Amino acid sequence: MAAHAANAAHAHHGHKVKRYKGLMDWLTTVDHKKIGILYLLAGGLFFGVGGLEALLIRIQLIKPMNDFVGADTFNELITMHGTTMIFLGAMPMLFALMNAVIPLQIGARDVAFPFLNALGFWTFFFGGVLLNISWFAGNVPDAGWTSYVPLASPTYNSGHGVDYYVIGLQIAGIGTLLGGVNFMATIINMRAPGMSFMRMPMFTWTIFITSALIVFAFPVLTVGLVALMFDRLFQANFFETGSGGSAVLWEHVFWVFGHPEVYILILPAFGVISEVVSTFSRKRLFGYSSMVFATVLIAFLGFMVWAHHMFTTGLGPVANALFSIATMLIAVPTGVKIFNWLFTLWGGSIRFTTSSMFAIGFIPTFVMGGVTGVMLAVAPADYQYHDSYFVVAHFHYVIVGGLIFGIFAGLFYWWPKMFGRMLNEGLGKLTFWTFFAGFHLTFFVQHFLGLMGMPRRVWTYLPGQDFDTMNVISTIGAFLMGVGVIVFLINIFVTAAKPRNAKADAWEDGRSLEWSIPSPPPEYNFKQLPLVRNYDAWWRVKMDGQAEMPAAEPPGPIHMPSPSIMPLIMSIGLFIGGFGFMYDKLYLAIGGIGITLVCMLLRSVFDDHGFHIEEDEQEKGVHA
Amino acid sequence: MKRLIPLLAGMVLLLSACGGKSDLSTLKPQGPVAQEQFDLMKLSISIMALVVVVVFAICIYVLIRFRRRKGDNAIPKQVEGNHKLEIIWTVIPLVLLLILGVPTINSVFKLSKDYTHDKNAIQVKVTAHQYWWEFEYPQYGITTAQELVVPTDKKVAFEIASSDVTHAFWIPSIGGKIDANSGVSNKMYLDFPKEGVFKGKCAELCGPSHSLMDFKAKAVDPASFDRWVAAMKEPAKYSDDAAIKAAFENKCLACHAVGETNTGASAPNLTGVGSRLTIGGILYNDEKPVEDNLKEWITDPQKVKPGATMPSAEDIGLTKDELDGIAKYLANYKLDY
Amino acid sequence: MSAHQHAEGLMSHEPEKVTMEGRNKILGFWLFLGAETVLFGTLFSAFVALRHNVGDGPKASELFELPTVFAATMILLFSSLMSVFAVQAMHRHQVKAMIGWLVATVVLGLGFLGLEITEFTTYVSEGHKMNTSAFSSSFYTLVGFHGAHVAFGVLWITLLILQILKKGLTVVTAPKIYVSAIYWHFIDVVWVFIFTVVYLMGKVAA
Repeated sequence: MAAHAANAAHAHHGHKVKRYKGLMDWLTTVDHKKIGILYLLAGGLFFGVGGLEALLIRIQLIKPMNDFVGADTFNELITMHGTTMIFLGAMPMLFALMNAVIPLQIGARDVAFPFLNALGFWTFFFGGVLLNISWFAGNVPDAGWTSYVPLASPTYNSGHGVDYYVIGLQIAGIGTLLGGVNFMATIINMRAPGMSFMRMPMFTWTIFITSALIVFAFPVLTVGLVALMFDRLFQANFFETGSGGSAVLWEHVFWVFGHPEVYILILPAFGVISEVVSTFSRKRLFGYSSMVFATVLIAFLGFMVWAHHMFTTGLGPVANALFSIATMLIAVPTGVKIFNWLFTLWGGSIRFTTSSMFAIGFIPTFVMGGVTGVMLAVAPADYQYHDSYFVVAHFHYVIVGGLIFGIFAGLFYWWPKMFGRMLNEGLGKLTFWTFFAGFHLTFFVQHFLGLMGMPRRVWTYLPGQDFDTMNVISTIGAFLMGVGVIVFLINIFVTAAKPRNAKADAWEDGRSLEWSIPSPPPEYNFKQLPLVRNYDAWWRVKMDGQAEMPAAEPPGPIHMPSPSIMPLIMSIGLFIGGFGFMYDKLYLAIGGIGITLVCMLLRSVFDDHGFHIEEDEQEKGVHA
Repeated sequence: MKRLIPLLAGMVLLLSACGGKSDLSTLKPQGPVAQEQFDLMKLSISIMALVVVVVFAICIYVLIRFRRRKGDNAIPKQVEGNHKLEIIWTVIPLVLLLILGVPTINSVFKLSKDYTHDKNAIQVKVTAHQYWWEFEYPQYGITTAQELVVPTDKKVAFEIASSDVTHAFWIPSIGGKIDANSGVSNKMYLDFPKEGVFKGKCAELCGPSHSLMDFKAKAVDPASFDRWVAAMKEPAKYSDDAAIKAAFENKCLACHAVGETNTGASAPNLTGVGSRLTIGGILYNDEKPVEDNLKEWITDPQKVKPGATMPSAEDIGLTKDELDGIAKYLANYKLDY
Repeated sequence: MSAHQHAEGLMSHEPEKVTMEGRNKILGFWLFLGAETVLFGTLFSAFVALRHNVGDGPKASELFELPTVFAATMILLFSSLMSVFAVQAMHRHQVKAMIGWLVATVVLGLGFLGLEITEFTTYVSEGHKMNTSAFSSSFYTLVGFHGAHVAFGVLWITLLILQILKKGLTVVTAPKIYVSAIYWHFIDVVWVFIFTVVYLMGKVAA
């Protein structure tokens, strides 16, 4: 939007754009920083819901033949826990960090498509709301987050439960796809002058690759969900084995999407850890170029290994052998990353903050999740591990011990940049220790439960199988993690009550561009776009004894996109349409989709001229 | 390196020491298939433990050695990287993976051998149902449910499919699992060299009672197996009480089968049900008398296994006397082998 | 950057790439088409996996009328060609010619849709419905998705023609025309694959 703002003649600045305050400001915002906060709020909310579901699961499993919840409810809980955590908790919190940080790190005033950015958030949000309304509708998805057919097919799942899964994820998936396109375009087109690809911060790199994965993996899920929706709503036969359909096809489609999805989740965490480790050890990231290469390689291999989720499906020895080896190969670039982090710390001056503790806790924890991943790649051994608690332990080690630790590290690290306030370190460290201890307590024993013959997704288990003690330990650990999260919430409230006094370079050792502008940044981020001369640009500038980034343009009025309520309305349209499809109400379906299409039409017909922030307004400081 | 070896040995020992029940745990293999898989597990755990130990050691060293002291404001040397180190930690993992990859591929092909046309192997067709297992022995023309009986001297070749949703057939202490898909069948073989009863489980989420879809694999000596087959082939036995027999035939055999009657039944074959170890796969007959377990099951199957398709005694209009009579008859329907 | 550079923008040979918004739009749209490629790729995979499972329904070889489909193919190819001419006219700043070519694009697009709808109605009357078999489900989903894309394109390009009539060719409208042309070519390419994989292979594999 603004690179050439200065060229525009002053006389053209007459467009009057209505600017909102309060709630309406949040509902209409297209500012990436505010959208980041919205993602954090909504993602945090769903993360809480998923966490409560997890606790209920652990209470049910605390003793053999427990009847705390019924068998049906239990299957609903595990399905919603997995779906919510991955699609509505973890990914949105990553999107929160992406939105809050990426434009700042690349020296841009906003993302490539601010309107789409808002649309992406609202579609995700309403998709998530739709999915969770199932609890109140009394029809909850119960076929697992993988929703394997025939269990999820209309023949064996006749209620509306799985419909909520299909439609909710479809709507939320649109938002994710838009986000992927947006951030790819942003990173390719909007980098500040001088910021070549090999000068981008590692977090930006990982988000770039993650966005590419989203763009190429999510459409596969879209098609899978469409096919399942057609089977359920229009009696199509994609997965109806009785009519020539194939249940194994769903497994393929789901995992061709699902495995890249795992890397969509973990790569941003790798990025966060790279930033945090390097900042708090006051050292340049060790082996930057090999880190970039490793990230690209992991993403590439991520598309070649989906069938390792299907070793027991019966694909035959050739497929199993090939996918075994392909999967093992991923360990190599991942190992490169681990050692690069360790050698970034090596010789550094390590400062222990909550953020760096989460990052350092991440390294050994993720290694444990990684090595069980390699073990799972050994197909014949996987015949034993598959669908047992060993797998549950493995993927929680990489997703909680990897991704969630990464998100915590990132939140503590960038909180001052997002909100202008430093989170309380004492409470932060308490969160770290309770969450860290609780995590290992919960999931370490689950490896053994699986090896001892406990299948996953079991509502209960008979006594006398040696499962009892470990399940108690696991449940205690889960509650400890809950305590950690509650302490974090308290921390947020305590922090919110304090004055907004975070410095621009909040940790003093910041290396990338976001630390060169105020915390929180003004609405337009950079008064003048910075000129980037090297990797770790801000650090180098500081080392040269300068207090500000050199500017790449003269000061001038800054052009901004207009706020708009349309993204919200379009998402509500899809939300209504979704219900129409589910409950066979044609007028609702057409009406809902119609609202969205009309909004698209209006958006196309009425040009968004945006508005300008003049130089004198910039001096006043228009805060986000 | 030398110090690591006892450590790894210790880990492996720990695995098998606290390894759960010998009739259930993958860590206490009771047959060559599970043994081979356990060997691969041990190999991979050892390699991986090595990796974990190295990472932990470097991590702890770095955290102690390079922590920032109070008042230390020095700027560390900004290192870009180190090619030699980076090559080392690329090549070593590749070598480790090679060590792991070769036996993996070997084993994948070995375990996928097809014995379903081998006349020396016992052929068993497994059909998974929500929430019970059907075992058909086409070589002998017999069918049983919930309790797989096999001889110790022969390979058992399974052909596994599902009649409804996807299940997975798993006897952890004998060998790994394979899915029971709807529409297509999978093949797998297992060996049961030791006599005994081994627990089997369904490993793929299949509905509310997924967790209760247990079965038993009973390995017996060859002579005993032959006696079992002979007993299974005998004509069906019925209750001496004509009223009970009629009730059983009208109300139970609509779905179930005994002996040769009602082949292709949609519910478990009940031949010799009185001598099975469990009722419904989860009510153990050594904890309560068979008759009581049968009564509990027939009265309300949904209470024992939520979502089970069998109707309750009330639904099919079974009187108290009929229920007691049928339970008594079935409890005494035993096979001698 | 914005709508304020009309005069400067239209001096350019490629008015669609004058502004940052325009360049973003074109790049973003290419990325979106990348996603669309995966989407159709998955639909093709599902179709190929299921196409022989016809159950009691008609087989592909019994069903398809190649002459009609060939006519539809030609119509869509020519439509695509029209949109090439439209973009060329835009680069020469010949607004009237551009609108003419765009109208031709839309008309041919409508012709294609007409043929497809007739084709589908015939199939349904021959007992080849959405719920007939796995083959029919995957056929209607794949070809129907493409048809929906054509329908959307027709509406979109029509809307753009109206906008051009009202606003003229500017640095705001030019990227829209350009992007819709890329979209239209993409739809055309997908159809070429459908023609080959669904229709030709369906006829041959009898």
